[in-house]
Amino acid sequence: MNLLRWQTPGLTAFAGLSSLRNEIDRLFDAPLSELGRASQFLTGSAPALDVYEDKDNFVVKAEVPGMEKEDIDVNLHDDILSISGERKKEKLENAQTHRTERFFGRFQRTVNLPAPVVAEKVSGQYKDGILTITLPKAEEAKPKQIDVQVN
Amino acid sequence: MNNRPVHEDYVAPNVNIFETPEGYTLQAEMPGVGKDGLEITLEGTEITIVGRRTPETTAGEALFRERATADYRRVFELDPAIDTSKVSARIEQGILTVTLPKSERVKPRKITVD
Repeated sequence: MNLLRWQTPGLTAFAGLSSLRNEIDRLFDAPLSELGRASQFLTGSAPALDVYEDKDNFVVKAEVPGMEKEDIDVNLHDDILSISGERKKEKLENAQTHRTERFFGRFQRTVNLPAPVVAEKVSGQYKDGILTITLPKAEEAKPKQIDVQVN
Repeated sequence: MNNRPVHEDYVAPNVNIFETPEGYTLQAEMPGVGKDGLEITLEGTEITIVGRRTPETTAGEALFRERATADYRRVFELDPAIDTSKVSARIEQGILTVTLPKSERVKPRKITVD
């Protein structure tokens, strides 16, 4: 499976690079800035996702909070699933910005599915900011029980 | 390597904070959290936002996992100009929006002298 995303191994490995951010945090937060970040500074344009498999389906769950359902594009082509969209920046009148950590702009993730799926039966649901896509496996991809006759 | 003991497994949500003359708006990204999972506490000069993820049951085995499983928590120091009795919050598609209005400014008044 070919998934494109750079993932930092953990907060401590990049402690040096994060320290500027932590300095700014201390002006605002109570001294709990050692808590991990929900999404590290390198990820903004690539929503985090999980891929699950059971005997009948693949299930892909992507975190894309704050979108309108209509603004998320899900495409399936040659068993490659692609999730993309654009999060539009809201214009707040007369506002002074203290902090902008949220990502705005275009995003995209691609998932190469390990087995063929039935495109017409793919369904999706968007709830609490999580996009769940269920992709039923094609018949030939399902595990089959073969009876072995022993004479 | 930090060996500080962590009592609870939380992750800090990304936030945007805006200020207008009327008040502050705080937006926090908490995908996976619904209205029932929200806990917002005002204490003294601090506001604590906690978002607990709705438990998910997904069939099958995980082939690939990037999403955090931890709940969200973050604490902020409040500007004393905020009227804490008027703070309100709502959550929609994983975005928590907290509105913190400032106190009515006491307008300068002319006092008439009898």
